[in-house]
Amino acid sequence: MGIIRAAKLGFDYFRYEEEGKEPEVTRAIDDVNLDIQAGQFIAVLGHNGSGKSTLAKHINGLLVPTEGTLWVDNMDTSQEEDVWKIRQKAGMVFQNPDNQIIGSVVEEDVGFGPENIGVPTDEIWRRVDESLRATGMIAYRHHSPNKLSGGQKQRVAIAGVMAMRPKCIVLDEPTAMLDPNGRKEVLKAVRELNEKEGVTVILITHYMEEVVFADKVFVMDQGRVVMQGTPREVFSRVEELKALRLDVPQVTLLAYELKQAGVDIPDGILTIEELVDALCQ
Amino acid sequence: MSVELRDVTYTYSPGTAYEMHALEHVSVEIPNGQFVGVIGHTGSGKSTMVQHFNGLIRPTSGNVFYNGEDIWQEGYNLRELRSHVGLVFQYPEHQLFETDVITDVCFGPKNQGLSPEECRERAREALKHVGLDERFYEKSPFELSGGQKRRVAIAGVLAMNPSFLILDEPTAGLDPKGRDEILDQLALLHETRGISVMLVSHSMEDIARYVERIIVMNKGHVAFDDTPKKVFSHYKELEQMGLAAPQMTYIMHALKERGMDVDVTATTVEEAKASVLKALNHM
Repeated sequence: MGIIRAAKLGFDYFRYEEEGKEPEVTRAIDDVNLDIQAGQFIAVLGHNGSGKSTLAKHINGLLVPTEGTLWVDNMDTSQEEDVWKIRQKAGMVFQNPDNQIIGSVVEEDVGFGPENIGVPTDEIWRRVDESLRATGMIAYRHHSPNKLSGGQKQRVAIAGVMAMRPKCIVLDEPTAMLDPNGRKEVLKAVRELNEKEGVTVILITHYMEEVVFADKVFVMDQGRVVMQGTPREVFSRVEELKALRLDVPQVTLLAYELKQAGVDIPDGILTIEELVDALCQ
Repeated sequence: MSVELRDVTYTYSPGTAYEMHALEHVSVEIPNGQFVGVIGHTGSGKSTMVQHFNGLIRPTSGNVFYNGEDIWQEGYNLRELRSHVGLVFQYPEHQLFETDVITDVCFGPKNQGLSPEECRERAREALKHVGLDERFYEKSPFELSGGQKRRVAIAGVLAMNPSFLILDEPTAGLDPKGRDEILDQLALLHETRGISVMLVSHSMEDIARYVERIIVMNKGHVAFDDTPKKVFSHYKELEQMGLAAPQMTYIMHALKERGMDVDVTATTVEEAKASVLKALNHM
């Protein structure tokens, strides 16, 4: 049984104009079925408005399905009494780190979550230590968050989620505002949490390069999951992805273009090493 | 016709414990009609620099010139300068506020004193330039998707008919197609209307594809100011500054190391493809 499962999940946004008039309905999630195993690294791709963020908000009960069911660790998210337990199992990190940091000192910010749920003080400090170590931010524990770079702030936000000891962490475009170095730092921290701590990761991103390490990729369009598979399987379908307003990593695109021009190389090349090996045999 | 920063230094909170030199002795000149990219890590001074061009902030020392005139001399009309030099901030969609799209875009020209008809004419033209479909014109901007809102916000600046357009990370958070569409439109504007465009971006791939010149900021200084090929040939130094080169640069260097006779200055997929095919045919 997967840690996150969805059966026939559907969600409608309603827009009310005037009293008495029928509301305008927008289908944001449509018949989504998922079975995500504990410890997996999942990537979700899709154009703006394809339903990625709406789906993400279902995973920690910020939104409740209008159709179907979503279970987090076997708890149905539509059961209101379980919602706090669900949010401890599944943490979220958003795009803009400045909107997620509230403490005036890094370690206080990270301790905010566990303090809120009444964790004993010793245990809070233990968790703060561990989370800051896991995200490589321990050296900054006494710093003020607003003096940090974007990548560092985002890692503090991730540490704050980790301090809640979640089984699963959902990251909604966590690198969209960061410079190349910041992107690298955040991605490294997320991969380490997945590999060393066994945290299930669901990463939503528009950077195709960040997806090549995932165990599985879901591609969304109009609220549906329209493609799924390993990165290699998904990125072999260059034309289909382009039709969905998406892209492939540049190295994959170059390999694809070379293949189209008659060069004998395999499909779905994902890394620079693979391409170089294929070309320089 | 040009904009120029001459020996500009900008210090935040001078004379206090928080004193910080955001820019130190920066001199750049952007002649008319250039498409320039600005890169630099977070905190390198990019945003501080671009806010000097339309007089949003005043240099602590040094001068800013627009068409040869010092914009901080007595009696200079800064208001007029700001309609020539348009600045699109990061996440400009947060600045949308009107009840419908077209009225929002009309706000700039209205403030320039144009008649309602002229405003709407300008707004329509600007919205066409950013590729927003006419059926959205009467909708509330808050009902649009992220990419559509971004276009409305950019149109709001375009409607003022600037001759120099600065965009601070216009594509952050957009899907790949949305990113290409906006950048293609900017390239088209640059070509057809001859406006200068300055693009601040964290995406080296985008920068490599569109601009003719790159200014690299590092710790408040201009580290490099050259053509993309020359700038990206310093990829090791760029990495030390928290930046990177486009993926193609790394591929070409890796192929070269393995003995393939490729052009290491290729920065786009098209250039790399041509170079690899050429090298393969000679093997």
